[in-house]
Amino acid sequence: MSTVDRLSVLKTYKLFVGGKFPRSESRRVYEVTDAKGAWLANAPLSSRKDVRDAVVGARKAFGPWSGATAYNRGQILYRVAEMLEGRREQFAAEVAAADGVSAKKAAARVDAAIDRWVWYAGWSDKVAQVAGAANPVAGPYFNLSTPEPTGVVAVLAPTDSAFLGLVSVIAPAIVTGNTVVVVASERAPLPALSLGEVLATSDLPGGVVNILSGRAAELGPPLAAHQDVNAIDLAGAPGELAVELERAAADNLKRVLRPQPGDTAKGDHWLADPGTERMLSLLETKTVWHPMGV
Amino acid sequence: MAFDYAPAPESRAVVDIGPSYGLFIDGEFQEASDGKVFKTVAPASEEVLSEVAHASEADLDRAVRAARRAFGPWSALPGAERAKYLFRIARVIQERSRELAVLESLDNGKPIRETRDTDLPLTAAHFFYYAGWADKLDHAGFGPNPRPLGVAGQVIPWNFPLMMLAWKIAPALATGNTVVLKPAETTPLSALFFADVCRQAGLPRGVVNILTGDGSTGAALVSHPDVNKVAFTGSTEVGRQIARTVAGTDKKLTLELGGKAANIVFDDAPIDQAVEGMVNGIFFNQGHVCCAGSRLLAQESVADELLDALKRRMATLRVGDPLDKNTDVGAINSAEQLARITALAEASEAEGAERWAPACDLPSTGYWFAPTLFTGVTQAHRIACEEIFGPVLSVLTFRTPAEAVEKANNTPYGLSAGIWTEKGSRSLWMASKLRAGIVWSNTFNKFDPTSPFGGYKESGYGREGGRHGLEAYLAAAGPQEDRAGTSSPEGDR
Repeated sequence: MSTVDRLSVLKTYKLFVGGKFPRSESRRVYEVTDAKGAWLANAPLSSRKDVRDAVVGARKAFGPWSGATAYNRGQILYRVAEMLEGRREQFAAEVAAADGVSAKKAAARVDAAIDRWVWYAGWSDKVAQVAGAANPVAGPYFNLSTPEPTGVVAVLAPTDSAFLGLVSVIAPAIVTGNTVVVVASERAPLPALSLGEVLATSDLPGGVVNILSGRAAELGPPLAAHQDVNAIDLAGAPGELAVELERAAADNLKRVLRPQPGDTAKGDHWLADPGTERMLSLLETKTVWHPMGV
Repeated sequence: MAFDYAPAPESRAVVDIGPSYGLFIDGEFQEASDGKVFKTVAPASEEVLSEVAHASEADLDRAVRAARRAFGPWSALPGAERAKYLFRIARVIQERSRELAVLESLDNGKPIRETRDTDLPLTAAHFFYYAGWADKLDHAGFGPNPRPLGVAGQVIPWNFPLMMLAWKIAPALATGNTVVLKPAETTPLSALFFADVCRQAGLPRGVVNILTGDGSTGAALVSHPDVNKVAFTGSTEVGRQIARTVAGTDKKLTLELGGKAANIVFDDAPIDQAVEGMVNGIFFNQGHVCCAGSRLLAQESVADELLDALKRRMATLRVGDPLDKNTDVGAINSAEQLARITALAEASEAEGAERWAPACDLPSTGYWFAPTLFTGVTQAHRIACEEIFGPVLSVLTFRTPAEAVEKANNTPYGLSAGIWTEKGSRSLWMASKLRAGIVWSNTFNKFDPTSPFGGYKESGYGREGGRHGLEAYLAAAGPQEDRAGTSSPEGDR
């Protein structure tokens, strides 16, 4: 028997678009390294054409996903947590390399990410009761306000928390019925691309989450200017790019989540209780009036 | 036998309009620093009503400084005290409602019946509603001790001048912000009278500042570096410019913009009620309503019957003197708006749509446009896509509920929609599919201070009214760890 060490099988990282795993249509890749500069993988270098495909996938998925029952969406988010639980070691290793942290810290971040899916799963059938209202109008009318998802949301994921940060911006968007096109951390996209594999096996309909890797400066502008995108979360956009994208987003009056000071902070910022603001800011309030009478 | 209407004019004597008005800054009326003025006219007669100051950049600076100075003490007041000021304002408006209704009809051109029965009651009610929130903000769902933003720069349109002022100022003050408000160029008077209401209510100086001027004044206000919050109601085009202007700043922005609402009539709808809904939807306030039902979607099987009934009803609309209590449709607000409506109507004829309006005598002076409808309209016609902001209805048809949803949603706007059907399950299904912020089912153009108002998509963002309306004027509660450390905007500068 040979004593030669077994050569490991490396993964070809691919995009996650419309429920499928394509390479970039541009056939470009870029080198991804760990914090010490060691080669990890070649990630797809997505193009603006990939952005368009991803938006098409997200729009197609929006009707069915927003129309699914809240109970159903909640179960699917919980299923994501279940699938991740079985892959904790894989993600801990990827996060350690991506975030440049110890194995222990990486494991804590993965656990927090799994727990975050569970937390948001529970929100699916409660958010309408918290964000909606029965309005006592001064007249004989039944008047009810309910939150509805904004639509297709573009997300520039946090750059320095490649997995926990990513989950913290995807889950609050999709739990209420939005669909997303997310640009993974440019420097550390691998946990995001692996998340696609988890989502694909969690009963999440194809197109609800679309994950692109590449340059934020290249993918951000076509997303911000896209007429069929309803909102943009700039959590991972560096200062000047964020301003440029916010300005471009005004063209079709996208809802804009500006980057908050904590979003780009290194360390364990994303471990904190996320609160409800991110989830609530990707909702529209619909108010229905109906006369009352015999 | 048919009866004629006798003239039933409301008296102008109840309102005393001064020959000129200054800017209301820091609790006092002041002339513009460069002495610039402009005239405001009655659109029904083209009579000059008054001359008002045109604010300069220096005036704007003074107003923002006054609001900044007032912010500290105002936001530090116990909520219960702020509430009492707002209750006082609501009461004074109720007391002066006849005077203000006449003033609004004169300056805007809208019928006295509407200012008396809609604008003024809703204006007072809005202050009354938000007054009660001022000392209950801890219970509003925005976390403990939610903080105001600071100085709010507010720009309002000419279609409901005083009501839009209330929608902006009432929640801003209740939450502890101070205000610099710019009324529309063509309807400055009721905001200036409101300044006097503030005086009577004893509101501390600088809490509300009113700057009159034109679009450039509004643009300067929203881009002023010491404004923390921008609220705008108006056209989508200007809304876009404002969104670009505030990009990269910390200013919180809410926009209430245009619409192209579908009013959808199914074959089981009570026709007479639906016709009243169509008329109320597009001819209320001369169609100068962002949520106007400017597209009638009629189910094919009832389209002819509905159209006949609608035309009969339109022939009974009384167009003319806004101060006549029998008037249904008043004057178009300005020569510019009349030109825009006329141009779009003519373009629609050129595109092949068929124009119809009842025989109707229009006054010889002033700005007028007869209630009009277009049939043979396709979704590609400009009149089916562009907001007309006038008394012009486009008629389209559909066969199935799914087609109605498709057509209703086929617009970049998403402000409102109407559904007319006797079938409850269909009504609720439709309401859930329409991408619009307000859905009126078997009614239309109803408003209430407790009921959130605002749009999807390019109709803007944020809500006015209800608990939801508070959010626009409160600092966001971030992740839990940041919340405790959140300081007031004033503390940050």
